[in-house]
Amino acid sequence: MNWRRAVIATGLLLPVIGLLAFGLTRDPKAIDSPLPGKPAPDFSLSVFAPGEGTLAMSIGDTVKLAEHRGGIVVLNFWASWCLACRDEHLDLSKAARAYHDRGVRFYGLLYNDQESSGRKWIEDMGGQAYPSLLDPRTRTAIDYGLYGVPETFFVTSDGRVAYKHIGPISERQLAQKLDSLLRESPGTQ
Amino acid sequence: MTRAITLLALLALAGPVPGCASAQVDAPGSASRPAGTMSPSDSALEAQTTALASELRCPVCQGNSIQDSPSELAQQMRDVIRDQLRAGKTPDEVREYFVDKYGEWILLSPRAEGLNLVVYLVPLLAIMIGGLVVWRSVRRWTAGSSSPLQGP
Repeated sequence: MNWRRAVIATGLLLPVIGLLAFGLTRDPKAIDSPLPGKPAPDFSLSVFAPGEGTLAMSIGDTVKLAEHRGGIVVLNFWASWCLACRDEHLDLSKAARAYHDRGVRFYGLLYNDQESSGRKWIEDMGGQAYPSLLDPRTRTAIDYGLYGVPETFFVTSDGRVAYKHIGPISERQLAQKLDSLLRESPGTQ
Repeated sequence: MTRAITLLALLALAGPVPGCASAQVDAPGSASRPAGTMSPSDSALEAQTTALASELRCPVCQGNSIQDSPSELAQQMRDVIRDQLRAGKTPDEVREYFVDKYGEWILLSPRAEGLNLVVYLVPLLAIMIGGLVVWRSVRRWTAGSSSPLQGP
C-alpha cells in the first residue's frame, strides 16, 4: 500500500508547495491599492512652496481637488527625509512643464515633514516647477492609503484615481501614463 | 545635629507644608477631575479607539497593529480613528474607511468570507487530518500489543 500513501502525501503537499511558491512571487511590502477606478479623495490644502514660472501659485493659496474636474491631476507625495524622492524630483518638474499646456496639473504633497524642511529641500534641489501643499496631520495621505514616500497618483478629468505609482517615478513612466490618460480623454484641458 | 537632620528628612518625606501648596488649584468653573484622568465618555472613546487600532495593520511596520506601532503614521491613523468615532461613526464604518483606503490587507484578521475562508479552514483541516493520523496510529499500536502472546 506504499503507492497509496505516496498519492495521499503528494495530494496534501502539492497545494502547500503551490501556496508557498505563489507567496514567493509576491512582495510582502507591496500593498495593492483599492483606489484605482474609484473617485479620488477630495482635499483642500494650502500651498507652501509656490512652484515656478507659469505653473506658480502664491504661498497660502488653497488648492481644492474638486475644482480640477476636466483636467488631469498628478499628486506626488514626498518628504525632505526621503532619499528616493531625490531621484524623481527633476523628472516630475520636467513633466509638469511639458504637460502644463495640455491641462495636466502637478502638485506635491508634503508627507510627515516640517514646512521649513520642505522649503529648504526644494531650494537645495534647485527648485520645483509645480506647487507643493501642506497636509496637516497627514489626513490626505491616509485618505489616499499612503504607506510611504514617494507615491504618485494620477487623477482623471472626471475625478477618478487612474493609477498609483509606488517609489520614484521616471520621466518616461510619467509620459506613458499621461499620454495614455490624455488619449482616453482627448477633450481634457 | 542628628535630630535636626532627621526632622528635615521627615518634613521632606511628608510633602508640601500646608499653606505652601503649589498653585495647581482648579480654576473656578473648571472640572474638579485631576489632571491626566479622563471622563467616562473619554475612557469609552479611548477603549473603542484602542480596540479598533488593535485590529488594523500598520502600513509601515511588518505585522504590527497600529495600536502597537510606535511609527508616526500609526499615531496619525489612531487619531483618525478617534476623530471619526467622536464624530459619531460606528466602529464598522471606521473599519470600512480604512479598508476603502488600504484594502482588506489593513485588517489583521481577514474577514471570514470568500477566498479568505481558506485561512480559517486550512488549519481546521490540518488538525482533523493530524487527528485522524494519530487515531489510526494509536489503533494500530494498541491492536499490535493486544495480540495473544505465543508460548514457546
